[in-house]
Amino acid sequence: MREVQVETITNEVARLCIEACYYLGDDVLAALKKARASEPSPVGQAVLDQILRNAEIASQGELPLCQDTGLTVVFLELGQEVHIVGGNLYDAIQEGVRKGYKEGYLRKSVVDKPFSARINTKDNTPAVIHTEIVPGDRVKITVAPKGGGSENMSYLKMFSPAAGRQGIIDWVVECVDKSGANPCPPIIVGVGIGGTIDQTTLIAKKALLRPVGQPHPDPEVAELEAEILERVNKLGIGPQGLGGRTTALAVHVETFPCHIASMPAAVNIQCHSARHKEVVI
Amino acid sequence: MGTIKITTPLTDETIEQLHAGDNVLITGTIYVGRDAAHKRMVAALDAGQELPFDPRGQIIYYMGPSPARPGRPIGAAGPTTSYRMDPYAPRLLEVGLKGMIGKGNRSMPVREAMQKYKAVYFAAIGGAAALIANSIKEAEVIAYPELGAEALRRLRVEDFPAVVVNDIYGNDAYEMGKAQYREEG
Ligand code: SF4
Repeated sequence: MREVQVETITNEVARLCIEACYYLGDDVLAALKKARASEPSPVGQAVLDQILRNAEIASQGELPLCQDTGLTVVFLELGQEVHIVGGNLYDAIQEGVRKGYKEGYLRKSVVDKPFSARINTKDNTPAVIHTEIVPGDRVKITVAPKGGGSENMSYLKMFSPAAGRQGIIDWVVECVDKSGANPCPPIIVGVGIGGTIDQTTLIAKKALLRPVGQPHPDPEVAELEAEILERVNKLGIGPQGLGGRTTALAVHVETFPCHIASMPAAVNIQCHSARHKEVVI
Repeated sequence: MGTIKITTPLTDETIEQLHAGDNVLITGTIYVGRDAAHKRMVAALDAGQELPFDPRGQIIYYMGPSPARPGRPIGAAGPTTSYRMDPYAPRLLEVGLKGMIGKGNRSMPVREAMQKYKAVYFAAIGGAAALIANSIKEAEVIAYPELGAEALRRLRVEDFPAVVVNDIYGNDAYEMGKAQYREEG
């Protein structure tokens, strides 16, 4: 069995936390530039220019892209032939978050006692960790800090199957419409369809990890994505909600089989500060 | 698109010339507070106590910065979503606050209070936090230091970029912008 030291995991998670918060992905930058070229609203253009300029300043490594460096969501793909040595894997990930948020001057935005005292944990732990056991002898770690403003604009609905494709489209458009300027448009809309309530929200979030604007491999789903995107960009919300045609950079849909009686769906909105970085160890 | 330069504290004259959709560059002192600081300020007012600063003519920026690196006054410093401050805002407008900076829609009671007490709501660009940080020249915690990122701060800003969302005439830049670019179907 291939051995991986927990220390390596900690150091890599710390590095990914910092890199995610300072360097916007090339896919996001390309989508923003494309939007800038097609946005008709002068205010919208000015906003997109400032967002691009912000990414340039952040990439110098002194100031993070956004002050809200999020609750840290970690997606872990653990090869079944990997042996983790030297300690507890989850502890190693939390230690990496602690280290990354300290060394990267990232904001600690996590509170314990959520419905009462709301006490800041002071090191941004605990991260939310999603683990998948996969074939092979590698460990893939994706760190995706998620800001509160866009996470708060999340929706779940248990549809009757009769609602069908159109029901989903209308509902997603309505969700984006009522979110308005809150999630810092332009946004990326993650949609989960199918599964159970837990599964549908998870795939909606995972949909946000796909390179921005890359269509789903299933043409039927890709077509649905394109149709929702077109509708969303007719809402007029525009960059920062100040009016325009670029409300969303992309709509990413993921599906999962579901019960004969159900059609759960979830929307998880990602702001333009779409931060995630990954490594394969 | 013209840009209006304004300085704090805000006078009625300045406020009267601002209209929804105007780009502004703000220079002067502004205050910073978000959820927890608002809760405490309103509790102080309810208890008949003074606020940690004189709110008359001032602007509050809804923001919780990332930690400052050595040699910098502040870390990244973009706006947070304003609706969470809606339950507290009218109370502060009542005692003379003249401006608020955040992002996203305000509730009807807040908009009505803005018209009643002659105050404006500005939006800063959410997620342009590194860019905005460059317009902040000094920062100091003036109250509630135990709240960390949520402490009450005083900033000195130069040409801080914002857009007027709600003016004293009842206009809303979000509604106006959306109506202009909305297509049915
Ligand atoms: S929604 Fe995103 S860009 Fe906006 S403040 Fe939150 S983390 Fe930053």
